[in-house]
Amino acid sequence: MNAPRSLLILGATSGMARAIARHYGAAGYRLHLAGRDMAALERDAADLRVRTATAVSCHSLDVLDHASHAGLLNELEAFPDTVVCAVGLMADQAACSADADLADRVMRTNLNGPAHLLALVGERMAARGAGTIIGISSVAGDRGRASNYSYGAAKAGFTAFLSGLRGRLAATGVHVMTVKPGFVRTRMTADMDLPPALTAEPQAVAQAIFRAQEKRRDVIYVKPVWRWIMLCIRLIPERFFKRMSI
Amino acid sequence: MRLAGWGRYPAVEATLRGMTDAATAAQLVRENDSLIARGNGRSYGDAALAAGPVANSLPLDHILAFDAEAGVIECEAGVLLADLVAVLVPRGWFVPVVPGTKFVTVGGMIAADVHGKNHHLAGSFGNFVESLELLVADGTVIHCSRVSHAQAFEATLGGMGLTGIILSARFRLSPIETSWIRQETVVAQNLDALMDAFEASRGATYAVAWIDSFATGPALGRGLLYLGEHMRADQLPPSLAGQARKLPAARRRRVPFDFPAWWLNGLSMRAFNALLYANGRRTAGQATIGLDKFFFPLDAILEWNRIYGRRGFCQHQCVLPLDRSRDGLRRILEKVAAAGRSSFLSVLKLLGPGRGMLSFPMEGYTLALDFPMSRATLALMDELDRIVAECGGRIYLAKDSRAAPEALRSGYPELAAFRAARAALGAGGKFQSHLSQRLEI
Repeated sequence: MNAPRSLLILGATSGMARAIARHYGAAGYRLHLAGRDMAALERDAADLRVRTATAVSCHSLDVLDHASHAGLLNELEAFPDTVVCAVGLMADQAACSADADLADRVMRTNLNGPAHLLALVGERMAARGAGTIIGISSVAGDRGRASNYSYGAAKAGFTAFLSGLRGRLAATGVHVMTVKPGFVRTRMTADMDLPPALTAEPQAVAQAIFRAQEKRRDVIYVKPVWRWIMLCIRLIPERFFKRMSI
Repeated sequence: MRLAGWGRYPAVEATLRGMTDAATAAQLVRENDSLIARGNGRSYGDAALAAGPVANSLPLDHILAFDAEAGVIECEAGVLLADLVAVLVPRGWFVPVVPGTKFVTVGGMIAADVHGKNHHLAGSFGNFVESLELLVADGTVIHCSRVSHAQAFEATLGGMGLTGIILSARFRLSPIETSWIRQETVVAQNLDALMDAFEASRGATYAVAWIDSFATGPALGRGLLYLGEHMRADQLPPSLAGQARKLPAARRRRVPFDFPAWWLNGLSMRAFNALLYANGRRTAGQATIGLDKFFFPLDAILEWNRIYGRRGFCQHQCVLPLDRSRDGLRRILEKVAAAGRSSFLSVLKLLGPGRGMLSFPMEGYTLALDFPMSRATLALMDELDRIVAECGGRIYLAKDSRAAPEALRSGYPELAAFRAARAALGAGGKFQSHLSQRLEI
């Protein structure tokens, strides 16, 4: 009998991350939760222990503090089989445009921090010759739109980083998967009136990620319709696109 | 955004605000003059709609603690009963009182003080609640139980969210050996026979009847009584031995669109009810069925409220005192038949003594009738309310979307005590819904 597989979730307190933790926990994975708010992590861990009866540990992570990243990976008793990066910061474009520091934080939280941390994870997995890295990026990164280009630029960068990392690790047996969820009903969007046909429940996202990992898919849109929507959006010529309010 | 209850009437413009933790919930309470909590939107009418913000409890979905020895669980208000069933049943525990759907939140179950098919023996959900954390009007949280803030505790059980926002609760569970129910179906040819069957089955753990409200004359009130018992492990047939506590994967269908208004006409409803009765007669007797199918049969059809179309529907659920039930139920069924507005789905249960305050259950029979929404339906419901009042009964607030304040005053003699408890919490202006304003609670 093999030892139970393990999952490290970076940015574990988001609604999507919690659904991923429940799904993998129910499938028998041991869980390592990493995030900034330790009290919230402990609450999530207690919930996961009851729901899934799996082992759960909590780890402090400040994704902006690059010097701390190696320490986090060293404190895990065994290096995890799968690492999910669900770190993210969404901010209103008007606020980003008015506040350069906020725009910078969006960039560092969605791109610089995760890229630094996942690069370390990638090297360790390459040395071991096995593992899966799952990065939660966004459809917002598929094309810069006037309504959220700070966030979109960071996610575009993260998508490109994951694509490159996938190429770098392909020969080592390490699998890198990019996830572009589209609209998801989470705490971040609890107040928004989202179109039901385009909106996924967090549980559906978790299930889609789990299945896609088993099939070793490279890039997934959680709801297939998003692949076509984003294809259309990418195909619109820039001279028309710049006049559209989307 | 447009927001409505399960009946889709009324639908109003409302501001939904997520409560992500106790701190954001407290901030919502402090920053707004008035608001109301909302769970998964399964109350039928306007209980979770308001002019002020509607505080969505679904993000509060942590199970906080589970004592698998003693059978006690503590969880946040937004945890769904469906999740609890999935977590608890394989470990040999069940929620001691469950309503007809598992897509309700724990907060909603407390606020409506829900009853199940076992009320005649177990009472309502509130009986099993040991304590709850209540966010009150000044933005602080009080720990309520039978010994601490006892008046606030009693008023919150069935208080429709009008005393404050329930953040979390601790409640007792009941042990089960299997996830299977021994169901016995009894055919009753009229109302008297049905009620006699109820009386004869008072010892049954679970009892619920479906009534064919299209039957008239000597067959008035004919129906099927379903009795249920949790099966012990040694009662399971050998074919189920390996899945004693298994919850079968739900095979669910979704109603894909709003049905047009004409389809639920007298003919289709009559045919459906006649078929159901005929099928019950054919298969009467004992059967072994899964827990989901026994307790939550309608959950197999997601969004079944869409069969009533865009205009929505209305459920009239009342309870009549035991000594007035026979006469009162007959009058209600005759009134419905005479109006030519028979109910698509009609459910009868026997309740035991209640808890008081705004909690719905009281000793007697409770009848629930579903009608497609229309002006004629509203007029009929007013007439039904008059019969209920004359019999000394009351209507269920979690189902109501249209009653007049008089129906509340006549049905709930402890209204004054509830108002006093609510005033003592300073909650009167702060926690208001369209229901509380309409009924002048």
